[in-house]
Amino acid sequence: MQHVLSVLVRNRAGVLTRVSGLFSRRGYNIESLVVGTTEKHGISRMTIVVNGDDNIIEQVIKQLYKLIDVIKVQNITNDPFVDRELVLIRVRVTKESRAEIMDTVLQVFRGRIVDISGDSMMIEATGDTGKIEAIEAYLSSFGIKEMARTGKVALARGAKDRRD
Amino acid sequence: MKTGAEVVIEALLRNNTELVFSYPGGAILPVYNALGRSPIKNVLVRQEQGAAHAASGYARVTGKAGVVIATSGPGATNLVTGIATANMDSIPLVLITGQVSTDMIGTDAFQETDITGITHPITKHNYLVKNSDDLAEVIDEAFHIATTGRKGPVLIDIPKDVAAGKTKGTVKPIHLPSYQPTVKGSMRQLKKAATVMENAKRPLIFAGGGVVAAAAQKELAAFAALIDAAVCTSLMGIGSIDTKNERSLGMTGLHGRTGANLAMSECDLLIAVGCRFDDRVTLNHSGFAAAKKIIHIDIDPAEIGKNIGANIPIVGDVAAVLTDLATVTTAKTNEDWMRQVAAWRGQWPPQAAADNSLMAFQITAALNRLTPKDVIYTTDVGQHQMFAAQNLEIEAGPHFITSGGLGTMGYGLPAAIGAKLGAMKQTVIAITGDGSFQMNFNELGTIRDQNLDLKIVLFNNACLGMVRQLQHHYSGDAYFGVDLPGNPDFGLIAQAYGFAAFRIEKREEVFPVLEEALQTPGTVLIDCRISKEDMVFPIVLNNQPLKNMIYE
Repeated sequence: MQHVLSVLVRNRAGVLTRVSGLFSRRGYNIESLVVGTTEKHGISRMTIVVNGDDNIIEQVIKQLYKLIDVIKVQNITNDPFVDRELVLIRVRVTKESRAEIMDTVLQVFRGRIVDISGDSMMIEATGDTGKIEAIEAYLSSFGIKEMARTGKVALARGAKDRRD
Repeated sequence: MKTGAEVVIEALLRNNTELVFSYPGGAILPVYNALGRSPIKNVLVRQEQGAAHAASGYARVTGKAGVVIATSGPGATNLVTGIATANMDSIPLVLITGQVSTDMIGTDAFQETDITGITHPITKHNYLVKNSDDLAEVIDEAFHIATTGRKGPVLIDIPKDVAAGKTKGTVKPIHLPSYQPTVKGSMRQLKKAATVMENAKRPLIFAGGGVVAAAAQKELAAFAALIDAAVCTSLMGIGSIDTKNERSLGMTGLHGRTGANLAMSECDLLIAVGCRFDDRVTLNHSGFAAAKKIIHIDIDPAEIGKNIGANIPIVGDVAAVLTDLATVTTAKTNEDWMRQVAAWRGQWPPQAAADNSLMAFQITAALNRLTPKDVIYTTDVGQHQMFAAQNLEIEAGPHFITSGGLGTMGYGLPAAIGAKLGAMKQTVIAITGDGSFQMNFNELGTIRDQNLDLKIVLFNNACLGMVRQLQHHYSGDAYFGVDLPGNPDFGLIAQAYGFAAFRIEKREEVFPVLEEALQTPGTVLIDCRISKEDMVFPIVLNNQPLKNMIYE
């Protein structure tokens, strides 16, 4: 089963290596890992999507806590949470397909056209993983030339202040 | 203003460092110079791995962090085996390595290596210090992290310009909100455990290295008496209870004593204390937990449920948890169970072979008769280690210093150096094999330098006996790559360093020669010529449950 972990870490040199190294050396399957700063200076948030049964996830969380730079680990999988990914896709276009693609991207997927050249168009879209996969599937029939996905960032919903 | 190097030495002194194990080099020179002007005793080893192992032996007998200083590049990489050894056995070390200057980092400079990167997986934590102002705080933190919670090695990499740079060296209180080890066990869990214990008829305490690390031997013995339980140990747990204690069944596991392994199989309640259910103990995971309740006490929450699931997990310091547990637990007796335990105790050791050949067992038996009560043994890794673990009488305390988790050949001799320096009044005996001894016997030079009195008992069967035994069991006696016909005369090697040497070749020589050797002042080496066919029994073969021990 897929789990979403939201991990607060001290923003020290090597912290990303420590976390990613932990996953590889203990054989945990990491689906995506996104790091960025938080509202607090010197503290970063990692959003980690990891596959495994409950026992494995329990071990992952405990092992993460053993890293001195890890402040807090939340498994938000079963909590209400908002998650977003951003994708940039350069898709092949022709005179015939251009209008349809633009229309669908803008109307159905609420995406944006960020670049256009002779035979291609670059599309930006954000959303949860399902939506990103849907837009990717839709565009693949026209021919995706290049794609970059950010991986998932997530925050738990609600007014509860989760900062410790 | 001071130099960074002076701040390093001040920090070592502030953290009660009396001696360091070191090897010099270019990048560490500023620190080394400051060390030379300090009151800290310097133990110059022959190779950096020896420093790490010696610091480990020192840490284990003193309970303090062992401190190591080495240079960059090869100096640092030579530490790696020692660091991994300490990490697996949760031994507190603080290791300071030199690094090339900050402006040279990443340029493949002379003797540059990314030692913090290399040691991420084998340290509890590590640092690359890029600013001289951070040195005081980092070293205080390193000692704190190494010696609290589940102990372990912490490495500090110091570039040459950071050590040479000027700083005020301001000392700050340790502030680590993300590192707060749990000491006290949860009262709710303790009460649950107490209820389970009341109903147990065959309780067994399985004590691991955590009991020795927490120096919780008194608490353990008192608690075992309170609930009338038997006690067996892991390899690392040897020293958690006096082997002469009527409850003690000795080591359990792949080469465990018969009674200990049978007790593991027949108990109805297993109280695992300060252990991590290593695969050398549990062997066949699926069968291990059958038909018994398990209470698991450990300071590291990650160990709970990692290998074996526990019915009642209790996270906390072993000594604190056992003390609190005693206050909520009702005293009881289990007469039938303890009668069985006494019977098992009576069945060990097995009878010696009828012929007159020299066997390892006779050497350990003689050591039991000849050594003083507070003797400290160190071992290397292999058959001699198992002979020692099975048969030596060990007092409660850090009296059995061995590489359990990593199984590092070459550990025993340098560890004995550290153990002796940490306990100068006690007899220290290094039990080694001819294979292991040759991994680090260069440290005989350190023993000579330091004028130490160590007794080296070498189980010499001219082969790598443990691997040979594996080939006996699993490869149909197809022995390959295990004989050591190029062995030197080990007695002559000892004599080359100015030590006395003895040899035992026959059964009747064991006692008198050992007696004389142990009474000889200074370091001695006793070359015991045992047979290749003298294998370690019992053994439990792959995928078998603990009770299926075989003896041939």
